[in-house]
Amino acid sequence: MTNEELKALTANQTVDARGTACPGPLLAAKKAMGEIESGEIMEILSSDEGTKHDIPKWCEKMEHEFLGIVEEDSYSRLFLRKA
Amino acid sequence: MVDFTLSCEFREYKKLTFVYSKSTTMNEEFEKQFLELQKKVGKIEKGTKDQLTMVVFSGDLDKQIAAMIISTGAAAFDMKVKLFFTFWATAALRDPKKKVGGKNFLGKMFGMMLPKGAGKLKLSKMHMMGMGASMIKGLMKKKKVASLPEMFKTAGELGVEINVCEMSMDLMGFKPEELIDYPHMKICGVATFLADAAESKVQMFI
Repeated sequence: MTNEELKALTANQTVDARGTACPGPLLAAKKAMGEIESGEIMEILSSDEGTKHDIPKWCEKMEHEFLGIVEEDSYSRLFLRKA
Repeated sequence: MVDFTLSCEFREYKKLTFVYSKSTTMNEEFEKQFLELQKKVGKIEKGTKDQLTMVVFSGDLDKQIAAMIISTGAAAFDMKVKLFFTFWATAALRDPKKKVGGKNFLGKMFGMMLPKGAGKLKLSKMHMMGMGASMIKGLMKKKKVASLPEMFKTAGELGVEINVCEMSMDLMGFKPEELIDYPHMKICGVATFLADAAESKVQMFI
């Protein structure tokens, strides 16, 4: 997805994991995943550099669809669709 | 003439029974191979469970943190996680609030000399009489890395299993009553670890 498409998405669930370090964002995402339905979109906010590599790997394993990353000033927004 | 046809039919019959017997032996052979293959596949499938089995041997703060980060991460990956706490690592599972009596002299000595719980572990390097450990803890707080006791709590919520080596507990005079309240903890022996490790995709030693 392009940056504009990602920005236009409305997430069903937003997980704010800014400030936490590895494996904080991953654990927060895993926890919040139980609260949304299949096909719904989750947005993860993270200021941890490693998360940008970790979440796509996690999606691959869990068969969620990783949609992309939008970079903000001091953090990233990661989008994914629940399998 | 009659004789000839009879003999022809007889020959045909012999041929058929030969083919038939050959096909049954082939069937039997096939079946045998199939069963053998099925057994092998079963074994392979059993050996590749989506599971992480880890020996946690070290009682050092840094190594325990690594072990718990990997464990909770693996649990987030929906892997079954089984930790085998042995030797110095068992001290990390002591609850500082719990007091137990009835220990013999050596048990008391070990109890005094070994750290009482995850909050009291030493660093493997740069411990500097506890200065290093407090510095790391301070840094972890600042960088918002969960503390070791918090990691144990998260691991419990994620269903990470902790198996505690019975022999180590016995050796160091630790009693089950002085361990932390952890939802998936049991005291067991090396056989449990070996059985768990044999069916795991990933095995580690820390």
